[in-house]
Amino acid sequence: MSILILFVPMAIGISLVFLLAFIWAARQRQFEDLETPAHRILFDD
Amino acid sequence: MIANPSINQPLSDQDGVMETFTYDDRIVRWFAYATMAWGLIAFLAGLIIAFQLAFWPLNLDMPWMTFGRLRPLHTNAAIFAFACNAVFMGIYHSTQRLLKARMYSDWLSQIHFWGWQLIIVVGAITLLMGYTTGKEYAELEWPIDIAITVVWVAFAVNFFGTLFKRRERHIYVAIWFYIATIVTVAILHIVNSLALPVSFLQSYPVYAGVQDALVQWWYGHNAVAFVLTTPFLGLMYYYVPKAANRPVYSYRLSIIHFWALVFMYIWAGPHHLLNTALPEWAQTVGIVFSIMLWAPSWGGMINGLLTLRGAWDRLRTEPVLKYFVAALTFYGMATFEGPLLSIRAVNALSHYTDWTIAHVHGGTLGWNGLLTFAILYYLVPRLWNTKLYSNKLADAHFWLAVSGTGIYMLSMWAAGITQGLMWQALNAEGQLTYPDFIVTVTRIVPLYWVRGIGGTLFLLGFLVMLWNMYKTIQSGQIETPKVRQGRRLVPLDRLGADHMGDQPHRVLEGLPMLFSVLTVIAVLIGSVISIIPALTVQEFLPADKTYRPYTPLELAGRDIYVREGCYTCHSQMIRVSLDETMRYGPPSKLAESQYDRPFQWGSKRTGPDLARVGQKYPDMWHYRHMNNPRDIVPQSIMPNYPWLLSDSLDFEALGNKLQVMQTLGVPYSDAEIIGASQQAQEQAAGVAARLREGGVTDPDLETKEILALIAYLQRMGQKESVQP
Repeated sequence: MSILILFVPMAIGISLVFLLAFIWAARQRQFEDLETPAHRILFDD
Repeated sequence: MIANPSINQPLSDQDGVMETFTYDDRIVRWFAYATMAWGLIAFLAGLIIAFQLAFWPLNLDMPWMTFGRLRPLHTNAAIFAFACNAVFMGIYHSTQRLLKARMYSDWLSQIHFWGWQLIIVVGAITLLMGYTTGKEYAELEWPIDIAITVVWVAFAVNFFGTLFKRRERHIYVAIWFYIATIVTVAILHIVNSLALPVSFLQSYPVYAGVQDALVQWWYGHNAVAFVLTTPFLGLMYYYVPKAANRPVYSYRLSIIHFWALVFMYIWAGPHHLLNTALPEWAQTVGIVFSIMLWAPSWGGMINGLLTLRGAWDRLRTEPVLKYFVAALTFYGMATFEGPLLSIRAVNALSHYTDWTIAHVHGGTLGWNGLLTFAILYYLVPRLWNTKLYSNKLADAHFWLAVSGTGIYMLSMWAAGITQGLMWQALNAEGQLTYPDFIVTVTRIVPLYWVRGIGGTLFLLGFLVMLWNMYKTIQSGQIETPKVRQGRRLVPLDRLGADHMGDQPHRVLEGLPMLFSVLTVIAVLIGSVISIIPALTVQEFLPADKTYRPYTPLELAGRDIYVREGCYTCHSQMIRVSLDETMRYGPPSKLAESQYDRPFQWGSKRTGPDLARVGQKYPDMWHYRHMNNPRDIVPQSIMPNYPWLLSDSLDFEALGNKLQVMQTLGVPYSDAEIIGASQQAQEQAAGVAARLREGGVTDPDLETKEILALIAYLQRMGQKESVQP
């Protein structure tokens, strides 16, 4: 079961990558406006 | 007074430099062609193996036509050829539009396309030839694994390059799903594929036994999550609103859906190993996360379905919407069934049976298949500037596909539950009601025929679609790409004071790309550092020295077992339950598979478990059984393996195999490595002598592959070789 020594840090690591990505996104104000983006994609093709 | 107005005066997004650009739709058309071509191969291979289970002579007594080799071809073609090309088609089309930018490099797009198709072709050929790692959905051998990594990196650079030079500040939720796919698949693939080459097309994994099992199903589960779920959800969040021409029901919910999924999925892998020798707490972690996944999955399904609020009447006239609705419904069914099957008690019944097969096909045919068809029906007319040739044919395809999937799932649910209950059934005396495994097989063979009918309908529908697409493309024409205009993004820290945060945040946001690249590199370095001790330090092996490593001949036999794909129908893991103990013997222990590279616990029992088959039958039994199983078990549906009786074993290669195993930490002595070939020939002579007593007259018997396989089969469940 020593594989867990590799595994648990890696699962936490991947989660951490996404956590940092989330923090980055939030600070980039990606989530300020949760209405217009949904509409905007419909305009242009 | 102000030297540089651009620094001190607030800018707005309107101040970016105006640029003109075009989208690269040629690459999208290519991926569309590839999706359709590989879909045909994948479905055809699936149909053949479905009928092989109903009618064994379809194995044709040819090595490359047997179920054990075609089944990996089918799964790999469905996942990596059909589904992946569909994903690439949708990503290349929608990403450019969502980010208002042409793909970063046309050259990388081409490398991605042709590289991926080459991998598929080489993969298909090598699988049929029997070159396989023996790990489900990761069967391709190490040179192809390296090629996959290279092409995937080209894709990633191309994608992130586009993200970097985007002209739309907000990253739409679909893009987040694509990012998760690209990053996670890379990590999964690299970690699970780590292996030491034995020869140009063979390798042994760096993990053994339970470690290999855990890594494999962490990969296997997340391959489903990040190849068949997240990218398709991203596509759903773009194409369903586009096709319905209305915004997604709740954009806020879609964001929650994404972040919840990516944090939970990675932990659910152990649910593939319930009731096995895997420690119970690790199983429980898998169960808990699997059940939690129900919430975000259904949130996403409801979000997709409610996007059509007020547009339900259009289902009558627009086939594309109908496909989307059905696909989302299947997504909801599959993501309800998944957590259900992850509950220990349910899994005790369902695992190793066709219930699992029903579950995956609900996901792949119903969700991935129908969603891909929907996108093709939406995209092809647009990419070729025309109208769909026939809505009626699209309608016919829809009903063929849905009824085919329904028949498939119903028959396999029935088969799985029937067989599971028969395996568990005890009579009034407390004995197994069906001690003969074959009785539980013949009972469900009629359902295999029904499944074949379902698959035929699905394939027929697909052929109807191909005709429809052919006529559509014929009637269309490719126009010169429309020139578009857009403003280059102004860096966030120059957008004016009201947009600015505190100091550290400004430093971070200036370097988003560098930041994410560094983080990924850090994770990968961390992973490598954690792997190295596992490879080198002896204590990292679950050491039970009372078990001896395989003899050279047994190892050769094991490689044949892997080559022929025996694991596609036979497990080597007796679970902790009364009926399994009565049928097969004591539950499997971790130490028993400590030298197994790859582990061969299996996931499906079309035939019985083999963990304790060693010394159960005489050598002659196996010889006759491999030549024609029906000589021993008249109703058997197993293929014949006559070539094992006629092909010669390469004894000289065994020293090298032992050498690689020794490097990986298996306690072989140098003397054993040097004498491997001779020792194997001696053991083979012993097996051959017993077979000759049984009446085998082959003059070259001593050199045949079958001897190695028999030696391996007789070793299973034994602490060391028994050589009377």
